[in-house]
Amino acid sequence: MKKNWWKALALILVTYTLLAGLLMDAPRLNILNETIRNLHFHVTMWFGMVILLTASMVYAIKYLRSGQIAFDDKSVEMAKAGALLGSMGIITGAVWANYTWGEPWSGDSKQNAAAICLLIYFAYLVLRNSMKDEQQRARVSGVYNIFAYAAMIPLLFILPRLDPNSLHPGNGGNPGFNAYDLDSKLRVIFYPAVIGWTLMGVWLASLKIRTRQIERALED
Amino acid sequence: MNKNQILSLIGKELLSEWRQRYALNGMILYLASTIFICYMSFGLKAGAIDAITWNALFWIILLFTAVNSVAKSFIQESRGRALYYYSIASPTEIIVSKIIYNALLLLVLALVGFVIYSFVMERANEEGATFDLLYFLIAIVLGSLGLASSLTMISGIASKAENSTSLMAVLSFPVILPIILMVIKLSKNAMDGLDRSVSTDEILILVAINAIVFSVSYLLFPYLWKS
Repeated sequence: MKKNWWKALALILVTYTLLAGLLMDAPRLNILNETIRNLHFHVTMWFGMVILLTASMVYAIKYLRSGQIAFDDKSVEMAKAGALLGSMGIITGAVWANYTWGEPWSGDSKQNAAAICLLIYFAYLVLRNSMKDEQQRARVSGVYNIFAYAAMIPLLFILPRLDPNSLHPGNGGNPGFNAYDLDSKLRVIFYPAVIGWTLMGVWLASLKIRTRQIERALED
Repeated sequence: MNKNQILSLIGKELLSEWRQRYALNGMILYLASTIFICYMSFGLKAGAIDAITWNALFWIILLFTAVNSVAKSFIQESRGRALYYYSIASPTEIIVSKIIYNALLLLVLALVGFVIYSFVMERANEEGATFDLLYFLIAIVLGSLGLASSLTMISGIASKAENSTSLMAVLSFPVILPIILMVIKLSKNAMDGLDRSVSTDEILILVAINAIVFSVSYLLFPYLWKS
């Protein structure tokens, strides 16, 4: 039980996010109004996704350096959990955009980049399924994982900032959330929420990693 | 890594391409027919298309040609030949030579395509826009370099899997999108004859993306090659 403290922490933080994020006082702002509460769900899920995908890439590098199949298990499950958080992030973002920008999908450059990023990771999963040999699958998909991650960085972090027509907060001359966040009320929920969602993703991934390892042990 | 090795590998690629000219001719014919299909299906006899459509269509045609022509660089190599390369050259030499060769190939295809395309496709220029040929050519060069380096690597990845030809498209399109978007923006600036300083950002980003893709391919290919 001594290693389970972080699962308890994940539960507490996510519960706190749900309760505090929906109930606590939020700044009153034009257009945004109460929708600013989405900051605790949409933005934090994206943070969680980026952290998990980074972890997945790190494990892919570890696998390529050592050739131990256990690292590959971790890499793929982290990528899957990251893709799940990413899908949820895109849905929550679309719901938010429906109320603030007037339509769920307005071709904003960051939205497009997010959709492409998900496509890359779905392609990664398709690639994995197309190979049978375990070591080869791990090596080839590890290479694609690192390659895709390198391609994702300009996509998600650089290109949207250069687009002058972006609607996203923090892009294209729009103020970021820091400008709204005058009294730091939101930060109190925001940072715990990032940790909470990330830990949930890690928990999910670790369960699936263990099932994979048990399956492998049964096969041998 | 040895410079002479790379040069001789590129020479070998060029020679084998030249010996079986049907492949190269086939690619050029593919390009020409696609352009002609676009010409017919847009009904261009009736009137010209907008500059923005003209530009996007050009790059989409080039993208598909590039995917088709680069796909064969690893997928069509026979197993025996791959083993032979494995014994005589290091993986980094192979990937560098393949990327350079594919970049040359795509550059030739893009230039031929550009000539045919601007010959048949009439475009409606915006008022007072002067076509900046030099910057459009820069866009073509940077675009072919970027497409070559990312597609060569993806072709290497896809060749390890079953059903590689369709996988090639699935794996490459999302990765290539940033390059294509930047190139389209750059060439649109050139078409509208905007001041050249406007395009500096795009050129720098394209060079940076190319550098990232090239160095990642360079680092990762040895792992792929082992299997």
